[in-house]
Amino acid sequence: MAEFNLPPNSRVKEGKTFRAPAGAKNIKVFKVYRYDPDSGENPRLDSYEIDLDNCGPMVLDALLKIKNEIDSTLTLRRSCREGICGSCSMNIDGLNTLACLKPIEDIKGDATVYPLPHMPVVKDLVPDLTVPYAQYASIEPWMQADTPAPGKGERLQSPEERAKLDGLWECILCFCCQTSCPSYWWNGDRYLGPAILLQASRWINDSRDEATGTRLDNLEDPFKLYRCHTIMNCTNTCPKGLNPAKAIADIKQKMIKRVL
Amino acid sequence: MESCREARAMKSQSRPLSPHLQIYKFTLHMAMSISHRITGVALAVGTIVLMYWLASAAHGKEAYETAASVIGSWFGYLLIFGWSAALFYHLCNGIRHLFWDAGQGFEIEQIKKSGIVVLGAAAALTVLAWILGLAI
Repeated sequence: MAEFNLPPNSRVKEGKTFRAPAGAKNIKVFKVYRYDPDSGENPRLDSYEIDLDNCGPMVLDALLKIKNEIDSTLTLRRSCREGICGSCSMNIDGLNTLACLKPIEDIKGDATVYPLPHMPVVKDLVPDLTVPYAQYASIEPWMQADTPAPGKGERLQSPEERAKLDGLWECILCFCCQTSCPSYWWNGDRYLGPAILLQASRWINDSRDEATGTRLDNLEDPFKLYRCHTIMNCTNTCPKGLNPAKAIADIKQKMIKRVL
Repeated sequence: MESCREARAMKSQSRPLSPHLQIYKFTLHMAMSISHRITGVALAVGTIVLMYWLASAAHGKEAYETAASVIGSWFGYLLIFGWSAALFYHLCNGIRHLFWDAGQGFEIEQIKKSGIVVLGAAAALTVLAWILGLAI
C-alpha cells in the first residue's frame, strides 16, 4: 500500500531567512530544502532573498550565488551548467527539471527548490540514487551480440536503423522523469521507472543488438514494466524534451507483437 | 568491513524521504489519471446497487417497490447521477487509454488536448443521458 504521508523524520520544518543586502531592488525569494545529516534534526525550508540584478539568469546561478556568497553549507550536485551532464536535477517550482536549464524569470512568486521527489536525501538537494543506478545496471545497458562483427570489425547501421535511436540516446540519466512518476513513488522497489525503461527501449531498438528477445523476456513482469499507467508526468517533465511514456508504450507494443 | 556496511545501511535507513505529493505540481493529466482509477472503483461499487435492483425485481413485487423507492429518492438520484458521470468519464478516458496503448497521442500538446476532449465528451454524454432518461 502506498504511503502518502512523509515519515516523521522527513517532515519539513520552517527554516532560517537570509535577508537581501540593503539597497537591493529586484528581490526574489528562494525557498530551499535543507537537510543536515549530522545535526539529527528534521529537514527545513530556508528562505534566501536574492538580488536578481546581481545574479545570473538560471536557477543554478541563484543556487551557486547562495553557496558562494550567502551560505556555503548549501549542498547540491552540478557540473556542466548547460544541460548535458544531468547532475543538477531537482524539483523547482513543483516540477522536476535541471536547475541550469530553468530560467528564474519563468517562476511566478517565490521559487521553491526541493531535491528529486520521494528519494532518500543524503544532504540538502542531493538524493541517494543507488536504487535507480542498480535498476539501470539490471537492464544490461550495453550492446550484446553473439555473431562476430563483419569484415573490418564495425557493425554498420542504415540511416533508417540509426533514426530509431533518436529520442532515446539523448537521455542523460538525470532521473527527473523517474522521480516525477507517482507509480515509481509507490512501487520504486519493483517498478523500473520511466528513465530505465527508456534506456531499455534504447537497446531494444538498436539494430546491432542481438539480445532483443532476452531483453523483452526480462521486462515481462507485472511490476518492472506494467506498473506504468500512462500518468504522463515523465513526458511532461523531461528537461531534454524526450518522451519516456512513448518509449514505454513502444516496449508494451513489442511485447504484444512478438506473441501475435 | 561488515561494521562499515552496517553503518552505511543504518545511515540510509535514517535518511529522510524527500517530499513528493506534498510539493509536486498537480497537472490535468495527473488529476485525470487518478480520477480514472477512482471512477473505476466507484463503478464497481455502483454495480452492487444495480444487482440489488435486479435481484429485488426477481424477488417479487414488494421487494421491487422498496428498491424502487430507495433508488427513486433524491439521494438515490444523486448517487445515480454520480455513477452515470463516473461511467461516461471512465468510458471516454478508457478510449484515450486505448489510443495510448496503440502508441498514439503521446506528444504533450496531444495529451493536453485529448484530456479536454475527454472531459467535454463525458460531460455532454452525462447531460444527454439524463435528458433522455427523464424524458422517457
